[in-house]
Amino acid sequence: MSQRASDLLTLTREGLYCPLGRFHVDPTRPVERALITHGHADHARAGHGTVLATPETLRIMAVRYGEEFCRARQEARLGERMRVGDVTVFFAPAGHVLGSAQIAIERDGQRIVVSGDYKRAPDPTCLPFEVVPCDVFITEATFGLPVFRHPDTRGEVRKLIESVTLFPERAHIVGAYALGKAQRVMALLREEGWDRPIHLHGAMEKLTELYKREGVPLGETPKVVAADRKDLHGAIVLCPPSSIQDLWSRKFPDPVTAFASGWMRVRARARQKGVELPLVISDHSDWPDLCRTIRDTGAEEVWVTHGQEDALVHWCGTQGIRAKPLHLLGYGDDGEAEPDPGHDPKMEEASA
Amino acid sequence: MNDFAHLLDRLAYEPRRNAKLRLLQDFFAGTPDPERGWALAAMTGGLTFREAKPALIRALVEERVDPVLFSLSHNYVGDLAETTALIWPGPDESPDASPSPRTRGEGRAPLGGSETSGSGGEGASKDKAHSESPPHPRLPPRSADDEVGTALSPQAGRGETPAIGHNNPPPSVPTLAEVVETLATTPKRALPQHLARWLDALDETGRWALLKLVTGNLRVGVSARLAKTAVGALGGHEADAVEEVWHGLKPPYTELFAWVEGRGERPESRNPAPFRPPMLSHPVEEFEDLDKLDPEAFSAEWKWDGIRVQLAGGRDNQGRQVQKIYSRTGEDISDAFPDLAEAITFEGAIDGELLILREGRVQSFNVLQQRLNRKAVTGKLLDEFPAHVRAYDVLSAEGEDLRGLPFAERRPRLEALVRRLDHARIDLSPLVPFTTWDDVAAARADPASVGAGADADAIEGVMLKRLNSAYLPGRPKGPWWKWKREPYVVDAVMMYAQRGHGKRSSFYSDYTFGCWREGAEGEELVPVGKAYHGFTDAELQKLDRYVRNHTTKRFGPVREVAYGRDAGLVLEIAFEGVQRSTRHKSGVAMRFPRVSRIRWDKPPAEADRVEVLERILARGEREVAPAAAMEASE
Repeated sequence: MSQRASDLLTLTREGLYCPLGRFHVDPTRPVERALITHGHADHARAGHGTVLATPETLRIMAVRYGEEFCRARQEARLGERMRVGDVTVFFAPAGHVLGSAQIAIERDGQRIVVSGDYKRAPDPTCLPFEVVPCDVFITEATFGLPVFRHPDTRGEVRKLIESVTLFPERAHIVGAYALGKAQRVMALLREEGWDRPIHLHGAMEKLTELYKREGVPLGETPKVVAADRKDLHGAIVLCPPSSIQDLWSRKFPDPVTAFASGWMRVRARARQKGVELPLVISDHSDWPDLCRTIRDTGAEEVWVTHGQEDALVHWCGTQGIRAKPLHLLGYGDDGEAEPDPGHDPKMEEASA
Repeated sequence: MNDFAHLLDRLAYEPRRNAKLRLLQDFFAGTPDPERGWALAAMTGGLTFREAKPALIRALVEERVDPVLFSLSHNYVGDLAETTALIWPGPDESPDASPSPRTRGEGRAPLGGSETSGSGGEGASKDKAHSESPPHPRLPPRSADDEVGTALSPQAGRGETPAIGHNNPPPSVPTLAEVVETLATTPKRALPQHLARWLDALDETGRWALLKLVTGNLRVGVSARLAKTAVGALGGHEADAVEEVWHGLKPPYTELFAWVEGRGERPESRNPAPFRPPMLSHPVEEFEDLDKLDPEAFSAEWKWDGIRVQLAGGRDNQGRQVQKIYSRTGEDISDAFPDLAEAITFEGAIDGELLILREGRVQSFNVLQQRLNRKAVTGKLLDEFPAHVRAYDVLSAEGEDLRGLPFAERRPRLEALVRRLDHARIDLSPLVPFTTWDDVAAARADPASVGAGADADAIEGVMLKRLNSAYLPGRPKGPWWKWKREPYVVDAVMMYAQRGHGKRSSFYSDYTFGCWREGAEGEELVPVGKAYHGFTDAELQKLDRYVRNHTTKRFGPVREVAYGRDAGLVLEIAFEGVQRSTRHKSGVAMRFPRVSRIRWDKPPAEADRVEVLERILARGEREVAPAAAMEASE
């Protein structure tokens, strides 16, 4: 192999950059040409020249940033090869949120896959992850420690429903990130037979409507009207994580605070947030799935973008796979500090 | 064990007392003996066994999990038990965290780690454990508690099965009884093997609870009192009724459950010196409260600033004197005060205040605290901090329960008992003579003027007891009143705020406040304490809004608010005293600080200085002087 991986993809101030294709992947600052894996705010930002992404991701960006979020949009059909500069690219589903995709970059028989954020667990609101065999696999490591083994989501959702049965007089306020997690929780509730309305905080409304337009059935999801909060006994209410401890949640009848996140696996995390009903539901891969996916791709080399890089890089070493951390700034979080409730709520979903 | 673990898990997340109580009651009602009794023992601190050291647990994990990954995980999670519980490979879980390919190359498939490697080192250790099993049958006589032995044997027997048939091991989930029993009897060397087997069999929550239990760190946010309340509620009994019989019982408390469920007799207290729940008083908020009361119906005495205790004595069936000192909550603290316990030569129970006396003078609470906080009770400690009891009341004497008598009849009995004892360690709390409430107010304001003499500084206020009051456990409204001395107050500036718990979890309700002092760079505010009560709900809402609107920094659940000469909110803080503190930068800490007023009007530059607190501290410490002088002269 005369061509090196770094000729295909390198790291710049803006993030991952393909010199031969003259484009960035999920850049954290405005660039001329951006390929976007998914619509979460840390990966998809406004102000780029041309944006190439799945149609769903483009529509999510338009809902969040307005129709003028970039100069020109280009739709990527899953699995369809496209020429960009001197390389070929194609998108494959990542199973993270609606429209999320991995991006494969090819030239001269070499393939790099940028997976963005991904999960292998079933999710009724998006297409399942597809393994794309490759030479270099670029992975996240949000939950890159062996203590993270996400349980079956059905059990977690049942915990919520059982709590409503136990405390029918109390409102259940569920913190969930506005894009993806919230809609997945709604869909899971429907699968478990919850047919009453699911009440939404205003910040959830537009994206939930978008999911419904995209054909994800979520049932009746009325927006919470301020005046009615005190009457929502036994209701399930979804809100952004920053709102579960907010003045907003206080007006509900004796609220039970729940939070749907992979972080809820760790007790101290749940307690720190004052969560009474932790729901371990994550849109990221847990440790076994990170390891399985790396093996499935057959990659000889792994780059780890963000999260708990050290453990995953170490594990690759024990498996004879070359690996390095990229220490990408601006993605997710460093994994240690949860985004503080109250700062830009759009950023919170990064570490869902 | 899994049921108990899930109870603990739910309790850990539940901030509301009533909800905790409901969870506990459900558990006790739905769990058979002896399992629930062992659970009760675990929650009331009634279990004793050799605790597993963290190193042992770490070694067990590192046999199964790559040490590097384990160490990274431990750093992240921060708690050894929880990390281990989360990372421990379950029977159907992926091997990706297991040590390394080379270990697996030796055929040590992590899935079957415990069984397939049976011919290796681990198997050997199991065989060894077997040869050590003979001590086991000898247990019952040693434990001297037949109930425990017989109640446990079926469980213990079941638990042994997998260890014996380890070629064919569907791991059986251990009961709490099995765990407790095994820990009490297993030789140290066999402990790792038992632990590993249990960890294999339990789910994640079960592993967490087990590890917390075996390392002696089972803190679950439930007080012993709450657990007893839940048990009592099974049969409509008050917690105090459970306290009455508690000290005669032993885990797993089968008699207790039989009694509360109406299946058995009330357990006879086999304890010749049982704890009797104390009678408590209500505060007099202001002088006007007394207008409704007739002074002639009351007796007054000093309220001493020590710790409320009960001295209980009696003869066991071999005729030996039993000497017990109980705290207000029924905790047996006899071992911490052997100097006082030996003074219990009577049969009966005295309610009183534990104080340190030097040369006949009562020392301040600061001095008492130096004795309370010691682990080892050394001869030096006993010499320097001699414990005394100032007697308030008598609950029983010579086998007669006196609690039904009116105070006016109990008092002479108490006086007679103390006189007969004639022991330097036990004296009588004197009555305060008065005719009108104004007399009492004067005594409260200046105890020295009414005969308290040099001990006046150790007086916390005045107690008023209705002459006809029987001794009733708990805090009945009406018969007893406490009228505390005026608290100290300072004006301090709010510096940090933290969210509260339970119903207050969405409010910033805990405030750290500071006073001024001369710092390296001029005048500065240093934290002197923290308060989380004293304000009304309406005031809390305003304080909460203030915090949110004046936040300058955030540290997790804590917010820093604006403070300085020109910005900040002044809180008037009431408190009972000042102690030295290594935790606060200012070097002082307050006792019972609370917000007495919110000074929205006061400029922060006019708040008090740390020196005000230091002067109060110096006053408290002067009382140590006699002993300090003694030491110097030795």
